[in-house]
Amino acid sequence: MKKNTFLKGIIDGLPICFGYLSVAFAFGIFAVENGLTTLQALLISMTNVTSAGQLAAVPIIAGGGTLIELALTQLVINLRYSLMSVSLSQKMKKSVGFLDKLIIAFVNTDEVFAVASGQKGRVGKSYLYGLIITPYLGWSAGTLLGAVAGDILPSIVISSLGIAIYAMFVAIVVPPMKKSKPTALCVLVSVILSCMFRYVPFLNKVPSGFTIIICAAIASALFAVLAPVEEEEDDE
Amino acid sequence: MNKYGFFAYLLVMALVTYLVRMIPLVLVKKRIKNKFLLSFLHYIPYAVLSAMTIPAIFYSTSDNISAWAGFLVAVVLAYLEKSLLTVAVGACVMVFIVQIIR
Repeated sequence: MKKNTFLKGIIDGLPICFGYLSVAFAFGIFAVENGLTTLQALLISMTNVTSAGQLAAVPIIAGGGTLIELALTQLVINLRYSLMSVSLSQKMKKSVGFLDKLIIAFVNTDEVFAVASGQKGRVGKSYLYGLIITPYLGWSAGTLLGAVAGDILPSIVISSLGIAIYAMFVAIVVPPMKKSKPTALCVLVSVILSCMFRYVPFLNKVPSGFTIIICAAIASALFAVLAPVEEEEDDE
Repeated sequence: MNKYGFFAYLLVMALVTYLVRMIPLVLVKKRIKNKFLLSFLHYIPYAVLSAMTIPAIFYSTSDNISAWAGFLVAVVLAYLEKSLLTVAVGACVMVFIVQIIR
């Protein structure tokens, strides 16, 4: 392991950890409210590490839904990770081995993926390991705290923390928009589609796990045709 | 929950979520050369994140106005290329302030 890239990974992971604490905290409260135990909520977070999927799973588990329903829901909501994993596979140095991939895949969340994608050049395993450690701990600890002590913090604080995760997304997306006009336009198209799926009748019936994939795939395919990017240089 | 027991649910959801992430990461070994696919994958993260953020961010706090205020602070700080932590904290503080004032 290279110490300085590992450390850089840790530092880059801290904001994700911070954001996860609040989201996982909310998940912990939600799970316990729905009748799961603190231990069950914690186990779900420690084995899944996915916000949208977990949120959707709780009512199914609490309501005694079928395993097929649970599996299909997770598949649809989490399908976007396949795209991210394909993208990440192109971003990793060749020195990242099979076992490393098995571990990194476990914590390849939206935010981890986004930060890894934002790095210049290819990313190595020491950076990736550093990057995933604190978000994983934050996700687990936040769930535990939320489940155990949901009523310690006043609701106004919890409500203020809710925006943290989205603000981070903004911080990741805006700088590349400044540098590349096609990226800016691609984001715009994706946002317009996403708003249509929220507000247009009929379209707003499509489950949110689907809409993210649809919006992103249409916008990305459109700009892959209109403004293909030059191949990134190999740096291994 | 009695029908299967908690651990059956846990196993199924963890397995599906993991396989969806792991299989593409492990199986795609070659460097993709296809220009369309490369470009597509270049745009994907930004398109995914922006679709996840808008309009969801406007419903992420207890009211629309604080959420808009937090969003605008995030955009300005992000435009100034501040760190992720700075942008996140800035937006949270703004939301907190607006909620107190209202």
